[in-house]
Amino acid sequence: MNLNLDFSVVLERWPSLLDGAMVTLQLACIATVAGGAIGILCAIGRRSGPPVVAALCEIYVEGIRNTPLLVQIFLVYFGLASIGLQLSAMTVAALALTINVGAYTTEIVRAGFESINKGQIEAGQGLGLSPAQVYWHVILLPAIERVYPSLTSQFVLLMLASSVTSQISAEELTAVANYIQSDTYRAFETYIVVALIYVVLSLVMRAGFFGIGQLIFPRRRRLGTPL
Amino acid sequence: MSPAPTSATGQDPAVRLSDVHKSFGTNKVLDGVSFDVPRGSVTTIIGRSGSGKSTALRCIDRFERIDRGEITVCGHRVHEPSLDLRALRLDVGIVFQSYNLFPHLTVEENIILAPTAVKKMPKAEARELARRVLAQVGLEEKLHAYPEQLSGGQQQRGAIARSLAMQPKVMLFDEVTSALDPELTGEVLKVIEQLAADGMTMVLVTHEMAFARGIADQVVFMHRGKVHEIGPAAILSSPATQELAQFVGTGL
Ligand SMILES: Nc1ncnc2c1ncn2[C@@H]1O[C@H](COP(=O)(O)OP(=O)(O)O)[C@@H](O)[C@H]1O
Ligand SMILES: [Mg+2]
Repeated sequence: MNLNLDFSVVLERWPSLLDGAMVTLQLACIATVAGGAIGILCAIGRRSGPPVVAALCEIYVEGIRNTPLLVQIFLVYFGLASIGLQLSAMTVAALALTINVGAYTTEIVRAGFESINKGQIEAGQGLGLSPAQVYWHVILLPAIERVYPSLTSQFVLLMLASSVTSQISAEELTAVANYIQSDTYRAFETYIVVALIYVVLSLVMRAGFFGIGQLIFPRRRRLGTPL
Repeated sequence: MSPAPTSATGQDPAVRLSDVHKSFGTNKVLDGVSFDVPRGSVTTIIGRSGSGKSTALRCIDRFERIDRGEITVCGHRVHEPSLDLRALRLDVGIVFQSYNLFPHLTVEENIILAPTAVKKMPKAEARELARRVLAQVGLEEKLHAYPEQLSGGQQQRGAIARSLAMQPKVMLFDEVTSALDPELTGEVLKVIEQLAADGMTMVLVTHEMAFARGIADQVVFMHRGKVHEIGPAAILSSPATQELAQFVGTGL
């Protein structure tokens, strides 16, 4: 075995790698926030919307969960192009990732809603809370707290999956890696470095979500137990 | 437009059920139920499992809609479509068998939620109120505890305090000790007895016969969706019907 690794030419490109990592993180943040919002709205739509809305939400969720991300990205990319919308690769990537994670978020939040028992809701109603107040205080907030660990795992998975958007030349980390390895002929070294950067990004996201969780869920901060 | 609650003369009962009928599908659960609960009095509803006790109680707070008959609670005409549900729920407090404190909130937050959200009470005032109602149920030291840190009896007392914080005119209790270990029921029953002594109007479904006998101004014995026997607590000692005699005899 003659393993001859040379990282120097890869590491020389650290500014590009850093740029790529930042784009990846940016995509992940956009999709987390927008997809999270879509997911919560669709979960509400499925649970309490009129039948048409509930059905549409379900079609969306099942459609996304049963097709590959790469195909979804191409669908958005070529779909928008075919109706004459020329958006940047970055915009298309952010859009596709948002649509994708929104569907998974819907499922997770819906499971959270289903974990709230009827007695809790009746207790809220019995206290005179309005339907909207019951939804917010008795259903949504505890449901989100309960599924927060699953949600954050999903968002980290999404960040890793965003590497697929290199296929439409979004300038994220994997696209940068592809470019560097074809330029330096140091493919193995390049992907080792990139893998390590992905690990760091995962850890950064997990730490971020942990901090946010501590901030917005006082019960979790004080007891440290799952709800 | 909902009609204004009729003016409360001292004579009006706090709760009146007149010929109330309620079915779930083909299952007739309430079959012409009538009784009055005078202001400041305690009515206990007893009867076998499935006789319609919970349903009767839930109809009073409009958790179930009735098919026929009339229910009036503190002037609210509960059976009418124009009912102001929010106003009804402000006047009625209800506590269920499963202590339904909200798990993500502390005891204090559980208590101040409705006064601040529904009555728009300032937070400081609501906190003061929380302290008062918790003292009433002997739970002051658990102000900042989360429900999971409490025993079942403490959670149930917390749920009672949460209800009291809305200063209801009528309290409904549905077998609030049934889910508790026997050694914990006493502390909850004591709280309810104190409420009765303070003059709270109450309707309670209970399986605790000694408790029912001790606290009730009026006992309603339900059997197959009907009020089978009704009267002062003394009817438990000298039942007029065979069914009540049997029920009291088996201690169920
Ligand atoms: N939401 C409901 N849907 C269908 N049937 C119900 C419902 N609630 C109660 N019932 C039925 O009504 C009957 C009386 O129930 P309930 O009022 O809970 O009796 P109790 O409290 O005296 O045990 C039972 O046969 C029960 O199965
Ligand atoms: Mg019952």
